[in-house]
Amino acid sequence: MSNKVIQAMYNDDDVLMDAVKEVRAANHHIEEVYTPFPVHGLDKAMGLKGTKMAITAFLYGTVGFVFSIWMMNYMMIQDWPQDIGGKPSFSFLLNMPAFVPIMFELTVFFAAHLMVITFYMRSKLWPFKKAENPDPRTTDDMFVMEVAVDGNEDELVSFLEKTGTVEIKVTEKH
Amino acid sequence: MSSHYEAPIRRPLIVGDKSYHDITVDVATPVEGKANKLWWTAFTIALLAFLWGLGSIIYTIGTGIGVWGLNKTVQWAWDITNFVWWVGIGHAGTLISAVLLLFRQKWRMGINRSAEAMTIFAVIQAGLFPVIHMGRVWNAYYVLPLPNQFGSLWTNFNSPLLWDVFAISTYLSVSLVFWWTGLLPDFAMLRDRAVRPFQKKIYSLLSFGWSGRAKDWQRFEEVSLVLAGLATPLVLSVHTIVSMDFATAVIPGWHTTIFPPYFVAGAVFSGFAMVNTLLIIMRKVSNLEAYITEQHIELMNIVIMITGSIVGCAYITELFIAWYSGVEYEQYAFLNRATGPYWWAYLIMMSCNVFSPQLMWIKKLRTSIMFSFVISIVVNIGMWFERFVIIVTSLHRDFLPSSWTMFSPTFVDIGIYVGTIGFFFVLFLLYARTFPVIAQAEVKSILKSSGEKFKKLRDGNHE
Repeated sequence: MSNKVIQAMYNDDDVLMDAVKEVRAANHHIEEVYTPFPVHGLDKAMGLKGTKMAITAFLYGTVGFVFSIWMMNYMMIQDWPQDIGGKPSFSFLLNMPAFVPIMFELTVFFAAHLMVITFYMRSKLWPFKKAENPDPRTTDDMFVMEVAVDGNEDELVSFLEKTGTVEIKVTEKH
Repeated sequence: MSSHYEAPIRRPLIVGDKSYHDITVDVATPVEGKANKLWWTAFTIALLAFLWGLGSIIYTIGTGIGVWGLNKTVQWAWDITNFVWWVGIGHAGTLISAVLLLFRQKWRMGINRSAEAMTIFAVIQAGLFPVIHMGRVWNAYYVLPLPNQFGSLWTNFNSPLLWDVFAISTYLSVSLVFWWTGLLPDFAMLRDRAVRPFQKKIYSLLSFGWSGRAKDWQRFEEVSLVLAGLATPLVLSVHTIVSMDFATAVIPGWHTTIFPPYFVAGAVFSGFAMVNTLLIIMRKVSNLEAYITEQHIELMNIVIMITGSIVGCAYITELFIAWYSGVEYEQYAFLNRATGPYWWAYLIMMSCNVFSPQLMWIKKLRTSIMFSFVISIVVNIGMWFERFVIIVTSLHRDFLPSSWTMFSPTFVDIGIYVGTIGFFFVLFLLYARTFPVIAQAEVKSILKSSGEKFKKLRDGNHE
């Protein structure tokens, strides 16, 4: 199997969507699609699995919630109980209503930040990371579909040309 | 084109004959161009105000809180008024980007970037005040639950002031992350257009190497949705907790259960007003009238009108409950507010916050750009006085008539306040010149459903 990919450029999201469906129907492997904005339904058309970001957020939120309970119980009830304004801190349950705001805040804090960090790690986004879009126009108004060359290259090129592409390039896989 | 259907009754959110590339160019132009004289003038004024404020802060820290106008009876006045005012302003951004995202309101896309920027800059100003009021700012870390040299005396988690620390810092950091995640694709757009190597380097750094893969977009959209889901209760919790700083005290005029919803409505009210103030100028100066349309301003005016009405309802409810409670201290606190020596502050508050937004019922007025701008300033003045009235008039005549007194700010109080306004505008002006001020990737995604050109094509051009 060669290491070549064909980059087919489109200048319209609807044309791209149809092209993606056609290429998939013809059993060619789509390596990647780069778009300047989220094209709705593209992930389904490409056959991408759903993302689990929301599930991670739920788990991180749970961690934050449990951490906040542990923290406030340790600091206010276990380690140094105080009698504040005639309301002694000797029982977690009796003090719990006053802890609700911080339980909520820490749940959100953990869920939001850890989910975003997970997103950045999974999608390889961080400062000094080099961008990998094949053409600078893909952040402007161009949509690029990368199709793996498997078998006859010329046949694939002429097939893609019929899908409404405006430009086509054959390159080595990066 | 069926996937881009939108009811023909909806007015276009992107005016004119725009293509995807036009959006790119329109958003990039203010960043790539040179600043004009007007920008430099505004920036210089803001910078001078900021420096004046910085001097006042240094003077306060060097000499002590005694340089403020506070006294034994009124221990909380300008600083906390300014704090609440700025936090309130900082509510609109997240409300626009999070709540309107959950409700799938497409009009948020033209304004959410700048509203979020405003939020972050406003919360930074808000955060300054409690820190300065500590007097010994180098001990500010005492508010964090850290093991310390006194044998681990922990912070008091029963205190609303500590809840505030957690709420504000969570709000600021989550808003920042939400904002930045949305910025990545737009920074990438600027990066890919940049000609000068230095610009290219900076925007590469800021865009975190965003490439726009299908998988990235899929995650991006889900992350945005979940962040919106988290930020919605968060934004409501922040001003709820700020209001508890007062509501959990036993001072007449503060000790009311209506405070949380009333403060949240007031915050949204003032936040939208500030968004209007900034965007009405920005759409003109940066030539973004096609994206921040008159419709956007009208919709924000409607939000201002509704939240203003809620605030008005709350004022009247407070008065009624004060009378109905039969508690004479509570009754006196409200009587004193309206007819005491600070009657003028109460009058400003009532007329700016309750009366002026009602004018927005008139379509001619709420669609007028000039009128919207004036009202947005009026509302912000009114909301500052609301906090002043709540805080100062509840304190200055306390339980002991012999200690009744008045509060008047010193030049230092005023200096710090003016300084934060300067700091805010310094940040916003820098932002307007260097950041993509419109979420262009998102706007592109609604171009075919809500762009004027595509709506006309689809609806067969009936006009």
